[in-house]
Amino acid sequence: MEALSTQHITRSFSGRVIIQDISIRLKEQELVSLLGVSGSGKTTLFNVISGILPPDSGKVFLHGEDVTGRPGQISYMLQKDLLLEHMKVIDNVSLPLRLKGVSKKEARLQADPLFEEFGLEGTQQLYPAALSGGMRQRAALLRTYLGSRGVALLDEPFSALDTITKGQIHTWYLDIMEKIHLSTIFITHDIDEAILLSDRVYIMTGSPGQIKDEIVIDRPRNERQGFNLTPEFLSCKKNVLQVLGNR
Amino acid sequence: MKERSESITAKLPAVIALALILFLWWLICATGMVPSYMLPSPADVVRAFIVDFPNLMYHAKTSLQEAAYGLLIGIGLAFVIATVMDRFRWLDQALSPILVITQTIPTIAIAPLLVLWMGFGMAPKITLVVITTFFPIAVGLLEGYRSVDADEISLMRAMGAGRYQIFRYVKFPSALPHFFSGLKISASYAVVGAVISEWLGGFEGLGVYMTRVKKAYAFDRMFAVIILIVIISLLLMALVDLIRTVSMPWTGVKAAKNNGGK
Repeated sequence: MEALSTQHITRSFSGRVIIQDISIRLKEQELVSLLGVSGSGKTTLFNVISGILPPDSGKVFLHGEDVTGRPGQISYMLQKDLLLEHMKVIDNVSLPLRLKGVSKKEARLQADPLFEEFGLEGTQQLYPAALSGGMRQRAALLRTYLGSRGVALLDEPFSALDTITKGQIHTWYLDIMEKIHLSTIFITHDIDEAILLSDRVYIMTGSPGQIKDEIVIDRPRNERQGFNLTPEFLSCKKNVLQVLGNR
Repeated sequence: MKERSESITAKLPAVIALALILFLWWLICATGMVPSYMLPSPADVVRAFIVDFPNLMYHAKTSLQEAAYGLLIGIGLAFVIATVMDRFRWLDQALSPILVITQTIPTIAIAPLLVLWMGFGMAPKITLVVITTFFPIAVGLLEGYRSVDADEISLMRAMGAGRYQIFRYVKFPSALPHFFSGLKISASYAVVGAVISEWLGGFEGLGVYMTRVKKAYAFDRMFAVIILIVIISLLLMALVDLIRTVSMPWTGVKAAKNNGGK
């Protein structure tokens, strides 16, 4: 069964079709990228998947269950970490549980063991302002994980980072995905990043946003170190550029 | 340690300026440029303050009560109005101009009306304090509610938050700094508002006492009352700052990080 799938999603705003007939699939523990230029409706699709924007037509399934227009099932993470400054880190990350009616104490108990896994041990009682940028991103990811049933949506989460930090966080992310059995949909406009991280890349083109093509990256995810320096990578990139160019 | 000496240096100009003004005042009185029955010297005022202290405290108690009740009602009213205005856009459009207009009405002009309508007791004073204090707080809260990042609200909704939860976890805490800025202004307005309304009628309070000593041409005592009002206002503002620091423990964090390196 797929972790997540959308079927023929269409959504328009004031008569203008933003995304049209979008069908994507995400298998368990897969990382799939949505690659597209700005204005191709990636964010609209995101809002539909997370349930805060009902589609005009089409459906969203999470582990086979119809969750169309039902928020609170799939959480997402943006470039901005959006941590709440007035809450301690542990309360920030366990907020999704509290929103579902779990008591503060119980939510903390559930979140606490995950801090070590996410490299955040010892920050539980701090306020977000005391964390570094990278730690804030990791805390935001932990919150996303606790707010999702095994599927995380990431909207250009690392685009503000410098190349070296980005490389480190890529490796870390692929690693932690494995450990906590997370499936990921990753939105980006960075072709290299999409190819480097993904099992598959959906290429979106704009007005209206549609899935133009799907490219499979064959190299296993645990052998991606230095992948971007191989001819294999370049041929993938050439493929992608061709699809983006041929509109 | 360095921080401390820096903050003292920063305050030095203000202290010197204040000392200079006091010195000038003293000089004008000592040289007899202005006769002492018109402008009492600083020493006279301090003496009046000490001699009159029990009287001052008695009247201050009434004024403070009026200011406190008025301020508390003002906070409650501001909270309700700002929150429903934020919730319902049409209400915001309907009420915004009216709120601004109420602030352009001179306090002095409505105070006698309030006394006519409500008598010489505390009611007209408290009402006036409410009118003068609720506006800065309401504006602060509204601004705070609107300062929230729209992406933050979208994320809360994606995590399944309802309207009340978004208010409780995001909007209200984000509005707190703005609320306290408004409250600080309102706290100083509260005492002044109470005193002004007492001028126009009443049995006790600093404003009543002020008119009394004025009629007796006891200008030294009048100055003592003014100074007491200043002190009370400053203390109230300091109290607001204290409550702000205690109720928002996360605001000091950033500074600590910068000092502690990394």
